[in-house]
Amino acid sequence: MISQSDAKLLNDTAALADVRGRSLWEDARRRFFRNKAAVAGLFVLIAITLFAVFGSYFAKYEADFVDFSLMGANAYQGVPSFSSGHYFGTDIDGRDLFARTVQGTGISLLVGIVGSLVAVIVGTLYGATAGYVGGRTDGTMMRIVDILMSIPFMFVLILMLVIFGRSILMLFIGIGLISWLDMSRIARGQTLTIKNKEFVEAAVATGVSPFTIVLRHIIPNLLGIVIVYATLLVPQMIIFESFISYLGLGVQEPNTSLGALINAGANQMSNGTLWMLLYPLAFFLVTLFAFFFVGDGLRDSLDPKDR
Amino acid sequence: MSDPILSVRDLSVVFDVKLQNAWPWTPPLKLHAVSKLSFDLQPGETLGLVGESGSGKSTLARAIIGTIPVTSGDILYKGQSLMKMGAQERRKHRRDVQMVFQDPLAALNPRMTVGDIIAEPLVTHEPHTPRKQVKARVGELMERVGLLPNLINRYPHEFSGGQCQRIGIARALILKPKLMICDEPVSALDVSVQAQVVNLLKDIQKDMGLSMIFIAHDLSVVKHISDRIVVMYLGRPMEIGPAKAVTAMPTHPYTQALIASVPIPDPKAERARTRPVLDGDLPSPLAPPSGCVFRTRCPKVQDVCAGNRPAMEISASEQMAACPFHG
Amino acid sequence: MLLDVSDLTVTFRTNDGPVNAVNGMSFSVDEKETLAIVGESGSGKSQTAFAIMGLLAKNGASTGKVAFDGTDMLGLSPKQLNKMRAQQIAMIFQDPMTSLNPYLRVSDQMAEVLQLHKGMSKRAAVAEAAHMLDAVRIPDAKARITMYPHEFSGGMRQRIMIAMALLCRPRLLIADEPTTALDVTVQAQIMELLAAIRDEFGTAMILITHDLGIVAGSCDKTLVMYGGQIMEQGDTEGLFEHPSHPYTKGLLRAVPRIDRDDDELLTIAGEPPDMSNLPKGCPFMPRCDIVKDQCAVVKPALQFDGGRKRACHADRAEVANV
Repeated sequence: MISQSDAKLLNDTAALADVRGRSLWEDARRRFFRNKAAVAGLFVLIAITLFAVFGSYFAKYEADFVDFSLMGANAYQGVPSFSSGHYFGTDIDGRDLFARTVQGTGISLLVGIVGSLVAVIVGTLYGATAGYVGGRTDGTMMRIVDILMSIPFMFVLILMLVIFGRSILMLFIGIGLISWLDMSRIARGQTLTIKNKEFVEAAVATGVSPFTIVLRHIIPNLLGIVIVYATLLVPQMIIFESFISYLGLGVQEPNTSLGALINAGANQMSNGTLWMLLYPLAFFLVTLFAFFFVGDGLRDSLDPKDR
Repeated sequence: MSDPILSVRDLSVVFDVKLQNAWPWTPPLKLHAVSKLSFDLQPGETLGLVGESGSGKSTLARAIIGTIPVTSGDILYKGQSLMKMGAQERRKHRRDVQMVFQDPLAALNPRMTVGDIIAEPLVTHEPHTPRKQVKARVGELMERVGLLPNLINRYPHEFSGGQCQRIGIARALILKPKLMICDEPVSALDVSVQAQVVNLLKDIQKDMGLSMIFIAHDLSVVKHISDRIVVMYLGRPMEIGPAKAVTAMPTHPYTQALIASVPIPDPKAERARTRPVLDGDLPSPLAPPSGCVFRTRCPKVQDVCAGNRPAMEISASEQMAACPFHG
Repeated sequence: MLLDVSDLTVTFRTNDGPVNAVNGMSFSVDEKETLAIVGESGSGKSQTAFAIMGLLAKNGASTGKVAFDGTDMLGLSPKQLNKMRAQQIAMIFQDPMTSLNPYLRVSDQMAEVLQLHKGMSKRAAVAEAAHMLDAVRIPDAKARITMYPHEFSGGMRQRIMIAMALLCRPRLLIADEPTTALDVTVQAQIMELLAAIRDEFGTAMILITHDLGIVAGSCDKTLVMYGGQIMEQGDTEGLFEHPSHPYTKGLLRAVPRIDRDDDELLTIAGEPPDMSNLPKGCPFMPRCDIVKDQCAVVKPALQFDGGRKRACHADRAEVANV
């Protein structure tokens, strides 16, 4: 029962071997690259990442090198200039702001990405398991999430940082602890819808094992939403870290993050060293904007409603 | 008559329904989706299941393929009870019973290629088949259902509804099943494509000597493809008999009303018909009427109908109806 | 002539370029007449109705002329259109819940229409609404009017929709697949109701459907669409008895009939057309049994031929013999 149009197609493609299909991922990628704002955001992100990774090679000074001659005089002698090698000027302690911005951007990105990764891995697995198994398991697992969510985390984190000491590790642990909660709920909700799709039923009816079903049928269909949410979670984590650092509880000297730099800059606003605020702030804002643009672009391109 | 391939005996499927604003400890309501249904399916036979929404026909299909638990009664496959089988044994039986679904696109994983979708049952049950052989088998089947084998690497969204249904049929056929259950396989398709798929199913059924359970709400399609028909209403069988006899000479008042409601694409024939339109709506399946469930809408209702549930009795040669006033 | 549509074209802007959902449709509906628009999904039958009502999606645009009793519908301002929609033309949809607000009582929703367009008091409006529910045969209408939409069954909701559409006594009722979501026994009830309403209120009706069966029993005239174009148009009785277009003919033969024993269904080969990539000539050409040279190049014009309009390069005898 091959129709005329099919027959024509057959003749057209007889010379070719198997026709390559266009997967949903490829479709999404095309749509993404058609979105100019998202592509621009992606380029900015790549540039910022390169800056964070390789920026230190261009800095003339170490991030923790204190130039005692400039200390206290940075409003006059620490002005951003190419000739002095302090491209972004120096901070109140006479440290090179360029090198510190490089380091701060790196740490902020790291915090965001680690938070997101924990969310993707723990949250997706937890949520998909709860959703697929269902019943009492689902109820118990999701009540645990509810309980964790109802704890005021800022308070707990501050306590943790005060009790166990302020370290980057503690910060990562703290951020990792909360970031996956929302994700697990999203993953569970999605799993519930996918679980009721007929293709999952078809797999169950054929006798495919539950583990394979989750891996082959549930997770790939979940991934779109997870990726979008993860991209939007990164800036949230960066903001979160900045807030902690702004309170003085986050990254500790001599290390720094964008939040800590902004805090330092804001404190010196009245002393005429506005660059201390503006450079880190600019990086902070541009990074966040880029992430949001990319996240929005991903959401538009991965949204299945489009077809 | 040879031994039936499938026997359904007094099958009941009951769902627990929790009301939305009920307390956690209030007992759930019982929804009798299928209630005491019995029939036999002979090898090579096509059995049509007709009923309106809520008649339990899809639930029955899922009970047979084992994705919904059976509450009471028994399903015998070649004389063996599926209920008493262990999980391992049951899994082996799944390869003999395959299903074709209603929504052609939703039944295919959008992230998998057509080749992988069709091959999935084979790869699941015979994991050591060489890849070349799997591909050859998939190609063979694609051709059988009227698809070009070189489209094997395409994705479901690149196909039309009719083609997706062909993919679903190919997947159901790859393990050479003995019984195929088609749950409303054509109701989501365009009119001009429906006939293609119906003919394809009929062809395949004849070629491979399959037994088939064909579920649909459209009586004319069911009549066209089936040897025998079971008419269901609110989970209960109303009438069972040969397709032609049931549609030409229905004996149960519900079947009669159902047939009178099916429109005929012929203005003259349509105008010549007298149609006793059924009053009212389907009663809530959570609180079905006592006795005969059809009595609230039945034109022949009498006092006794509210009493006991009417038994299936012979109403004409080879025809059975659950109505004491049949004919 | 109540409604006169000429050369109506509906175009949608999509990511893959413009798509013509409707291509140069022309037809008319007389006072109290019933017209069926038959077609498969994607044939443009619903978009035709949306264009007439000015309800196209944001990325859609319509050109051509839609004259309702002399007024050009396509040129109306949104405000005028709103008034027109309520008082002259009404539409009912496949899924009644799309037009019923689940949070409002039926009485409030129905009364609102009357208060707005007829300037009735609330009390009078509710009384009139209850009267209308009676007219669509909803038992115990006075008591049930204060219920919420979800408390009614599917068939009852469709009745409420019909009652709502009739509130301002429109002269034209467009029914878009009104029974597709319903069971056959309920479908029969609704079709019967629509016929009764037509007689009672003298409303003209356009019935949009894919089901040839319900057309046969209820419509004076039938128009068959394929690929956004009219294939054939004429008297329902004649069209069903002697289809003069290969598509109509194929469609009629592909439907199994309850009153006949046909051993094999004759099929129309191939798949419905891809609207973003229609053939240059006749849209049905790739699936047609009688293809001529010009079919691939020249779009057949809709012409009067033997008492009805048809768009086909093959002549009638040829189609009859296939």
